[in-house]
Amino acid sequence: MENIISIKNVHYTYPGDEIESLCGVSLDIKKGSFVTVLGHNGSGKSTLAKHLNAILLPTEGEVLVNGISTADEDRLLEIRSTVGMVFQNPDNQIVANVVEDDVAFAPENLGVAPEEIRRRVDNALRQVDMYEFKMHAPHLLSGGQKQRVAIAGVIAMEPEVIVLDEPTAMLDPKGRREVIDTVTKLCREKGITVVLITHHMSECVDADRVIVMSNGSVIADDTPEKVFSQVELMHREGLTVPATTQIMYELNGHGWHLPLEALGIDECAKQIAKELK
Amino acid sequence: MSEIKVSGLSHVYSADTPFEKVAINDVNVEIPHGQLVGLIGHTGSGKSTFIQHLNGLLKPSKGTVTVDGVDINADKTTARDVRFKVGLVFQYPEYQLFEETVYADIAFGPKNMKLPQEQIDERVREAAALVGVSEELFERSPLELSGGQKRRVAIAGVIAMRPGVLILDEPTAGLDPAGCRQILKLICDYRETTGSTVIIVSHSMDDVARIADRLIVFSKGGIRFDAAPGEVFSHTHELMEIGLSVPAPALIAQQLRQQGVEINEPVYTDEQLLAVLLKLGREAGINA
Repeated sequence: MENIISIKNVHYTYPGDEIESLCGVSLDIKKGSFVTVLGHNGSGKSTLAKHLNAILLPTEGEVLVNGISTADEDRLLEIRSTVGMVFQNPDNQIVANVVEDDVAFAPENLGVAPEEIRRRVDNALRQVDMYEFKMHAPHLLSGGQKQRVAIAGVIAMEPEVIVLDEPTAMLDPKGRREVIDTVTKLCREKGITVVLITHHMSECVDADRVIVMSNGSVIADDTPEKVFSQVELMHREGLTVPATTQIMYELNGHGWHLPLEALGIDECAKQIAKELK
Repeated sequence: MSEIKVSGLSHVYSADTPFEKVAINDVNVEIPHGQLVGLIGHTGSGKSTFIQHLNGLLKPSKGTVTVDGVDINADKTTARDVRFKVGLVFQYPEYQLFEETVYADIAFGPKNMKLPQEQIDERVREAAALVGVSEELFERSPLELSGGQKRRVAIAGVIAMRPGVLILDEPTAGLDPAGCRQILKLICDYRETTGSTVIIVSHSMDDVARIADRLIVFSKGGIRFDAAPGEVFSHTHELMEIGLSVPAPALIAQQLRQQGVEINEPVYTDEQLLAVLLKLGREAGINA
């Protein structure tokens, strides 16, 4: 698979800061993959996300989206319509009084023809399962529904990549599941590349790849199974591992022999039951 | 004596309009002094409407709320007193910091209580110490602090009124795991030190299960479960049906039971699961 985003030795320092927020990050993101980024507050994960569609530009190094440098101002529109962003607070991203107008906002700004906008809006709302709400007022929706409308607004630009910066932090478990199921479906069925920034380990379990950031650098980058089995590393970073990994890790400390890669609840229970027999 | 007693409480929003909505219906609950209660429910379950009745921010459509035996909606004076007695920390309280210094922000509540200056000072220092905000930060602008620090300053502002009941709405929302642990520890320490009643509103089961004496689960405007955490989490299916998650250790224990592993005690925290499995491991001769 080809790389849709290449991050090459990116350094970034916020204006007025003395300390670098990103200290030489290099990553390639494959087209169609589902990538999650973990890290404690201040680890640089949101700063990294903002580099993916030129909200921030590297102080040093470069970010390529489909081979175009994000520093190329003439092609900014192209970059922004390739990589769409969804932020944490759904209330800060909704601009219109009716759901379908909100979804139409981005394609309108991109100068898409009216018939085509109609098609895209309907299609986007169906993909996030919000079509029946198209005439509703966004402020009366639940948090999970609002966030799905925000995702529809991004899909309507027909981007190749969706970057979500802690999209579930303000949602309840049901809303969280709705949002994660929606982005997983977009990735697996529509081939959209997903970069999900999160605090919730449980949201990383089904990803192709987990990247862990700390103090502006990447300190782990592998499959969820491989990353979470590095329990000591995760704890040192102030991060938790899934409850399944944690219990197996502690039992192993008492002489058990459980495979830490058994991330799922069923798989973990099966391994523990097997050991007990 | 009961610290809080709620009888036949109902609340209807936009009554007599086409948007009329019954948010809570006939809720009865007693919360004794010093209890740490987890209040759980998904968005729209009525839990936020419920807590806003506990300090008089909303008036019941029907029913009564008494705090220390006094009906809080009886007249204007009791309505004012209850604001100081029942402290409410809203979601994302850091957005409500507004004073020029950390000190002034924490002092805002006690000042409104019209306390003498020395007492205000004493309370600000006490509250700051309880939440772990160092006095070196007192003259800083609250806006310069980190997210976790801001949240602690906001909580200190409520604690400084020395409320007999402290209610926190989603106190860990949006924090990373380390930040969550700090806030929960602070809440436990606060209860330990002051003996206050504490109510934590949350949709994160794992957080609350660990520290609560009692869980009250809201669904569709009424109380669905009201029991000790172990008892509540034995209803895995019902909880998932009403859109709530169950702590992973409870799910692992349930799977193990289905696979014929004998676990009879309630299990819902990592520690409990580990203890049970180590006991079984000892019997099976697996433990080193």
